[in-house]
Amino acid sequence: MKTMLFLAAALLLAANSPALAQSDSANTPTPDMSAMAADPLAPVTVGDIEITDAFARATLPNAPVAGGYLTITNKGTEDDRLVSATSPAAGKVELHEMSMQNDVMKMAPLPDGVAIAAGETVSLSPGGVHIMFMQLAKPFVEGESVPITLKFEKAGEVTLDLSISGVGADSPPAMHDMKM
Amino acid sequence: MTLRTIRIGLWTAVVLLAALATFLYFGPGRPGQTVLGGGDYVLEDGTGAKVTPATLTGKPSMLFFGYTHCPDVCPTTLADMASWYEQLGPDADKLNAFFVTIDPERDTPAVINDYVHAVSDRVTGITGTRPEIDKIIAAWKAFSEKVPGEGDDYIMNHTASVFLINSEGGFEGTIAYGESQDIAVAKLKKLIAKG
Repeated sequence: MKTMLFLAAALLLAANSPALAQSDSANTPTPDMSAMAADPLAPVTVGDIEITDAFARATLPNAPVAGGYLTITNKGTEDDRLVSATSPAAGKVELHEMSMQNDVMKMAPLPDGVAIAAGETVSLSPGGVHIMFMQLAKPFVEGESVPITLKFEKAGEVTLDLSISGVGADSPPAMHDMKM
Repeated sequence: MTLRTIRIGLWTAVVLLAALATFLYFGPGRPGQTVLGGGDYVLEDGTGAKVTPATLTGKPSMLFFGYTHCPDVCPTTLADMASWYEQLGPDADKLNAFFVTIDPERDTPAVINDYVHAVSDRVTGITGTRPEIDKIIAAWKAFSEKVPGEGDDYIMNHTASVFLINSEGGFEGTIAYGESQDIAVAKLKKLIAKG
């Protein structure tokens, strides 16, 4: 009887708070996207920094923003930091972090950039830290590419092309299905 | 701890839980009756047609809150919706989909229309005045907030789940951002079967 009542109460609580019943699956660490990159570009190197799997997503009509993604490996013995990015394809480029808090998508600029510790690999990938192209000069079209210049605190600057994949071609990482 | 203390403690718990269950059942927000949905907003779709709470009835629907200046979740979710529709096959005709902007200042009917239709003709873009948009956000207890950026730029934080709505306009569940396609499609099939 006690169990029944408790179950009933728990069920009722759950039924009354659908948003709270959301899983936190989106908070799990983003899997490495490198295997899913649309265009396996040859690695680009600057100093001790190696960049692989660079791509951007095509934009929908009227969307003046686009996401850029890449994997950075620091092969050196000193910590480094991606401090900023620029591109002729966009009026402004920022480093952003997307996070899911309960059920809400939150975007936050990373004014201090992205740290890449010595020997570490950091993936900028959909659903997480990414390059945000703003004020696009023109839409990003699948199959084309956009140049980007990345500035590292120690390794310096490097310019590379991001190949543009489909709008949803690199769908969000298959997160664990831990929904109740 | 004596047995007597334990007994009293357990009985107290029983009484409290019974009271809680009674309150939840008979109090506001009865289970079985949705607490989400409804409202009295008047909005418009991308073609200028009027959108009211009644628009969310007749067929089951998917409802998503987003905006065009959204780099990740919104285009991804639209692309997901298109692929869910493909998976549904003939049942796709039994399901509506709505993309409501939380940023009507920038997302005019023409803007939202082009945006959603670039991905799927099955999805209807919805916009309106700020007060009316706020009403539909409130009706679904969705969340949105504006985060000022440099100059005139701003970012919107917002609920990223897709709401699943039955043909009477009532809340049936959600598909979370990043949920697997198999589970999403299974949920949609269940929703369609229920009607």
